[in-house]
Amino acid sequence: MFRVTDQAIDLQKMVDYVIDPEAGAIATFIGTTRNNNEGRQVLALDYEAYPEMAEKELARIGTDAAKNWPICRMAILHRLGPVQIGEASVVIAVSSVHRDAAFAASRFAIEEIKKTVPIWKKEVYEGGEVWIGTQTGQRLPDR
Amino acid sequence: MKVRVKFFAILRERAGTAEVVKEIADGSSVADLWRELQKDYGKLDVPGIRMLYAVNQNYVGVDQALKDQDEVVFIPPVSGG
Repeated sequence: MFRVTDQAIDLQKMVDYVIDPEAGAIATFIGTTRNNNEGRQVLALDYEAYPEMAEKELARIGTDAAKNWPICRMAILHRLGPVQIGEASVVIAVSSVHRDAAFAASRFAIEEIKKTVPIWKKEVYEGGEVWIGTQTGQRLPDR
Repeated sequence: MKVRVKFFAILRERAGTAEVVKEIADGSSVADLWRELQKDYGKLDVPGIRMLYAVNQNYVGVDQALKDQDEVVFIPPVSGG
């Protein structure tokens, strides 16, 4: 399951999705929205996506993870729209026979999300707002 | 030929629209389209920005030749997670 959503993410549903009788481990990664960035107080966050391509890229990450590690099941759900401070903006769940693969695949997934998935975060500060990444540039994908 | 251009995030704000159908010369590339769009939307060029390019939801190079009815998206630096 590789999706974007404008609803709050239900962590238990993500875990349930990757339960597999062959798995001995489930790793979850939760990205949360924080109230500060580079010394500035963040009041609110808003995520926007190119949804069709974002879901396609998330699925590509799942395919690549399955090539690189012996994982059983994987699910990634990324939140869109306004997200309150402290809420989950992204959840990755992955199951595997042994724990190493689940840890490695979840780490891989979050790093790839930050590089290639067309999702953008706007931070709102006192007296201004900024699309994150626009000032710093970005790495081009290896593909 | 006509292509459909979608704008997101900072480019959507700069263009003042989320989507436009643009008539361009046959054989135009992604780079050619970007030059044409800048004539229509004066604020579209963000100084120092490094964009990626997608045609029909796949990443492509800036020299990619476009076809009629392609969906083209100029992708500003992503910041999901």
